[in-house]
Amino acid sequence: MKRSLASLLAAATLIALPAAALAQSTVDEIAKYRQQLQDGNPAELWEARGEDLWKQKRGPKNVSLEGCDLGKGPGVVKGAYAELPRYFADADRVMDLETRLVHCMVTQQGFSFADATRRPFGNGSSRSEFEALAAWITSESKGVKMNVRLGHPKEREAYQIGEKIFYFRGGPHDFACATCHGETGKRIRLQDLPNLTDKAGAQLAYTTWPAYRVSQGEVRSFEWRLYDCFRQQRFPELKFTSEAAIALTTFLARNANGAEFNAPAIKR
Amino acid sequence: MADPMRIRVTEKDGLVTVRVLMSHEMETGLRKDTSGNVVPAHFIRTVTATCQGRVVLSAQWGTAVSKNPFLEFSFKGGKKGDKVVITWEDNKGDRRADEAVIS
Amino acid sequence: MNRSRRNAVKAGGVLALLVAAGIRPALAQGQQWNQAAFAGKTLKDALAALGAQGAATSDAIVIKAPEIAENGAVVPVGVESKLPGTQSIALLVEKNPLPLAASFDLPAGTEPSVTTRVKMGESSDVYVLVKADGKYYFAKKEVKITIGGCGG
Repeated sequence: MKRSLASLLAAATLIALPAAALAQSTVDEIAKYRQQLQDGNPAELWEARGEDLWKQKRGPKNVSLEGCDLGKGPGVVKGAYAELPRYFADADRVMDLETRLVHCMVTQQGFSFADATRRPFGNGSSRSEFEALAAWITSESKGVKMNVRLGHPKEREAYQIGEKIFYFRGGPHDFACATCHGETGKRIRLQDLPNLTDKAGAQLAYTTWPAYRVSQGEVRSFEWRLYDCFRQQRFPELKFTSEAAIALTTFLARNANGAEFNAPAIKR
Repeated sequence: MADPMRIRVTEKDGLVTVRVLMSHEMETGLRKDTSGNVVPAHFIRTVTATCQGRVVLSAQWGTAVSKNPFLEFSFKGGKKGDKVVITWEDNKGDRRADEAVIS
Repeated sequence: MNRSRRNAVKAGGVLALLVAAGIRPALAQGQQWNQAAFAGKTLKDALAALGAQGAATSDAIVIKAPEIAENGAVVPVGVESKLPGTQSIALLVEKNPLPLAASFDLPAGTEPSVTTRVKMGESSDVYVLVKADGKYYFAKKEVKITIGGCGG
């Protein structure tokens, strides 16, 4: 009798602990986990490969990417990512990093579009040049304040389309990006979801991609992040360097303006 | 030939701290690929670190060390300009040696 | 060229040629690898293979590891041994299929502390085994592994 009362009391004590307190200590512990991973980011291995790829003569024209203009002049990599996506006159369209790299691979290195985009995302056995290039190019914007401008009509248009996509509900679950990312305090299991409609949330989220994704053992770019969200929403596949990807990136990057860019990061 | 390691070596008051990032799959041999075939174990077994030729660390690893391993350790007796060499050898006999100068 | 030399050259470069010719470069120490310990399927087996069955607990071994790891594939573990005469440090994950994860031999002059990252198959105690002055000591810390968010 006594024993069962004692265990009842013990159980009651456990239940009595406010759910918020339990959740907070979990959140704190996970924050400690993330903190402990910061030093020694395997993304540095991708950065080294990316720098090599930028400087290596490749493609039918046997030319390096050092003449590629990422928006701040041919070959200027420092700070370029913080201003992307942007309008490029020579292509008469708004481009994000990957789209611009494909443009340079095709026009300067002589690759066909199909060859250049054959491997957008790596998977262990097969590597993607884009993840390595993104790792290095974005690392050259570390510490730079996000500064995506909407001076050109096409940039404004891309932002508006991106915003529409963000709120567009569809797919078998009737999800929009906003469904998961439109409110503070949401989570999926123990993964907290940033609120991208809130300035601080938008800044923190955008400035920490690309990231070495521990669960995948790969560096993943922002295009990958969008592609994977679409997959989880059971949306049709988001095409690599598509207008939709560029528009959504423009919307999210612009919303992060003012924040210091801080990638490649390391995430679970 | 495996990818180069990233080695960072710093020295303060005679204490040298080494941080290494190695590029390696560290495959456990317990995983199956998409066709259902077991991916064979492929992992670093031994790691040696020397400073000016003197061994400062030797390690034996199993498959449970994470992919793209990170290692940090410190030793006394190194000074600026000394050469630190890290070598690893895996279960397939692949090997990699990289060096860094204490700055 | 005989077969072993050909295979050695395939393995890569000058270093391999030297090894095939029987010349051991100063770098390659030709280290032993404790097969039996790494093949141990239980903590007990691994400890026995290391000769550490009688290890005593010690609170002079500091383990820095998260209480909750977001992903078991990469769990950072830092160890500092305050035991005088520390010669080696080993990391074991009790519930892993093969508990022994790593062991480090520390020559004189090397600090008795190492940090690395290990894989954990499930929530488990992480054991740190220290050999100091010829005797074995251990400490342990529980690390919980969570299921991540979308698609792991």
